[in-house]
Amino acid sequence: MTINMNRREFLGSGGALTVAVLLPGLTQQAYAAGTQTSRLGLKPDQLSSYISVNQDGSVVGWVGKVDMGQGTEIGWIMMIAEELDLTPDRVSMVQGHTEQTVDQGGASGSTGIWFAGTALRNAAAEARRALLEMAALKLGVAADQLSVDNGVIGGRSGSGTRVSYGELIGGRHFDVQLEWNKHYGNALEVKGQAKPKSPADYKIIGKPGTRRRDIAPKLFGTAESMVDVKLPGMLHGRVLRPPVAGAVPLKVDEASVADIAGVKVVWQKDFIGLVAPREWDAVRAARRLKITWSAAKPPFPEQKDLYQHIRDAKSMKRDEDVKVGDIDAAFAGAARIVEATYEWPFHSHASMAPACGVADMRDGEATLWTGGQKPHHCREGIAKMFNLSEEKIKVFSMVGPGSYGRNDSGDTTMDAAVLSKAVGKPVRVQGMRVDGTGWDPKSPASVHTSRAAIDQDGKVIGWHFESKGFSRRDFFRDEGSPERTLAGQLMGWPLKPVWLLGVPGESYSFAARRKTSDTIAPLLDRASPLRTSHFRDPGGPQIHFASESFMDELALATNSDAVEFRLRYLSNPRDLAAVKAVAAKAGWQPHVGARKKQQGDVYSGQGFSYAVRGATRVAVVAEVEINRKTHRIWVKRYFVAHDCGQVIAPDLLRQTLEAQIVQTTSRAVYEEVKFDRSNVTSVDWQGYPILDIQDAPEAIDITLIDHPELPPAGAGEAACRPLPAAIANAIFDATGVRLRQAPFTPERLKAAWV
Amino acid sequence: MYSLDINGKSYQADVSSNTPLLWVLRDILFLTGTKYGCGISVCWACTVLINGEPARSCVTPVGTVGGKKITTLAGIGSPAKPHKVQTAFIEEQVPQCGYCLNGWVMTSVALLDKNPRPSDAQIRDALAGLKCRCGTHMSILRAVKRAAQA
Repeated sequence: MTINMNRREFLGSGGALTVAVLLPGLTQQAYAAGTQTSRLGLKPDQLSSYISVNQDGSVVGWVGKVDMGQGTEIGWIMMIAEELDLTPDRVSMVQGHTEQTVDQGGASGSTGIWFAGTALRNAAAEARRALLEMAALKLGVAADQLSVDNGVIGGRSGSGTRVSYGELIGGRHFDVQLEWNKHYGNALEVKGQAKPKSPADYKIIGKPGTRRRDIAPKLFGTAESMVDVKLPGMLHGRVLRPPVAGAVPLKVDEASVADIAGVKVVWQKDFIGLVAPREWDAVRAARRLKITWSAAKPPFPEQKDLYQHIRDAKSMKRDEDVKVGDIDAAFAGAARIVEATYEWPFHSHASMAPACGVADMRDGEATLWTGGQKPHHCREGIAKMFNLSEEKIKVFSMVGPGSYGRNDSGDTTMDAAVLSKAVGKPVRVQGMRVDGTGWDPKSPASVHTSRAAIDQDGKVIGWHFESKGFSRRDFFRDEGSPERTLAGQLMGWPLKPVWLLGVPGESYSFAARRKTSDTIAPLLDRASPLRTSHFRDPGGPQIHFASESFMDELALATNSDAVEFRLRYLSNPRDLAAVKAVAAKAGWQPHVGARKKQQGDVYSGQGFSYAVRGATRVAVVAEVEINRKTHRIWVKRYFVAHDCGQVIAPDLLRQTLEAQIVQTTSRAVYEEVKFDRSNVTSVDWQGYPILDIQDAPEAIDITLIDHPELPPAGAGEAACRPLPAAIANAIFDATGVRLRQAPFTPERLKAAWV
Repeated sequence: MYSLDINGKSYQADVSSNTPLLWVLRDILFLTGTKYGCGISVCWACTVLINGEPARSCVTPVGTVGGKKITTLAGIGSPAKPHKVQTAFIEEQVPQCGYCLNGWVMTSVALLDKNPRPSDAQIRDALAGLKCRCGTHMSILRAVKRAAQA
């Protein structure tokens, strides 16, 4: 077996060289790279870092981000194929591997197409320009007299000699410099001399039908999956968590697992885990190992006191995000003041399985396999934790059991590294369900108060909004430093919280506005199962649950229809278009207050909501059915208008939206992390139920508003934002009950519905 | 030593009788299409067919399945000869992360074996309880319907 993955060794050496790729996780991507020989790569200002041409003329795109399963890969492929005048089947991607791709920040903030796609588009356009220039020399025809037909360049007339991309540069590097903005991560931008195509010339972008390549292998069980990585001599690891959060191991009775073959306990500082050659033996040993834990003081409040705790807690940081006009004067002069407070619980990522990571820390080097979103940050964290230079570390990005932000993957990879380092063998860690749902990072619980000043004509003259809650970054959004992982914290790296929660976007033109956000301290400052970090649209669902529920409350207070009320205060043409599109599609009938449509035991209603995320607008109408006897809330149908600028792959975009709508429905209607004074108690699907297929909507009607003239913006999170309020507003329309606390359980509805 | 009939082939596994079938499949026999999701028979990511009936391999001791016909994802079809459920899931481009897929596919296979033309409500009933965290439920429903019409 030849293992030679270190692209850095090849940097600057030029010419052709062989990358023999045989490590797990790379065989499919190596196939993508075909016979492609060398990669100059990793220089962010080099075209060859992003685009290369195989000898057969097929093209490989290299990207420092990762498709987490929404088909982002196909978006990249379409953008590259479009610029290079290739059919999409002749383009492949290599994603995320630290040795092969520039640090573009990993999967983050819905920037896959938005930022990385734009970089790849610019690079591909520049590659086409360079290829035309080479062809011009070779064919003796001016470049502007040449055209490209699926990777073959010839005269515009169609006659004469032709030359293919493969013949021009196949297997060799472009020697072309790009203009680079000197940033890594999400902020990385590159462009060449060439201008990307005009949308009028698109043949691929905006059209459905380019099929994903990861689907069939997933159906036949042949996909290379994070959990299936197996290395020679690999051991299975488990990490032991305390019964009371914050407790640390005082004594370990290794004799308690002495009869299980090959078990080795690893205890370093407050980290305790074990390894065994067989996975089931590691599971059994982890269940049986006797540990005496310190008598830690239970760190959490009673669950029923959570929101009071947030209200009473000291603000660690107040952000005054918006201050427009004289808000105090507006309230002083108001004819009426409307106020409401909304509450949102902790959520678990509850990924389909506890995260998995594999680490091989032998010989002063580190090789890691991660299902996390940010392999380059994983490398950074491992480097700091083990005092290794980044050159000694390779991180391979694998498809894990679902990821929607900073889930438990970053912790698990670090756990595997600690165990591997300790036992001198490759170690795979995948915890049990409790390690996922119980111990993954949570999205923050929060309280939001909204207050409006209304003048005597019913006009809103002032809007005050305040958020208070846990940080969405108790630890930062990635595992780029040891204190951002459980193992790091247990090994003595103190938490460095970033105080950040957030406020709603600036959509409405109320004359005076003030929006503040207070962040409170974590309940436990180390290795906490209630530590908070990024979960899909961090902060967005709860903040806009509050602000968009409140807009409906204001519509009612001013005797207005909810849609008409919003239109009165919106001015951006794209906002107006999205709102009007969804209202028309849903057959919205203007009305004031709750209609309480009833048929037998079933009450039905429609609710509207709208939000902006980055450059993306989403307007939603939810239709609910509510059973008067069981109090079951079913979102039967959604209408959604979505404007993310230029649409790349409309079919994949629709599926991306459907899935995030279903997931956010789950969060709003069913999900709440349960805990007692000592620990998180919702540790599996029974304690932490998510939406069941019986409760999936009957239909999700999506209107895509395409702006080919604009850049493509994010689409992986924006629909999460307006959704909970749309449901709450529909519940109000159906029942007259205003739910201001999520999730919208039958119990809460029953208690409020008289 | 257990002798197991998996996808029509005979396998030997040197494990204790109470080892759950899931860990035998994944860790000993390297049949990794079957996934661990919860370990308590709730999410169904570990579903296999035992004598044609869906069963949760995470709670099925290997000692109870000797002599029975075990079918995993790899046993229902191949790229060359896919099962109609696999074809339909590919046509509908169902999965995101794909981790839960095994459970949905195997349960749908068992459903269509018994009831080749299920109604929409019967499809939802048969699939109730399975988990998908990515939220691909709408695609799953379309795919099972497509398979039923194939």
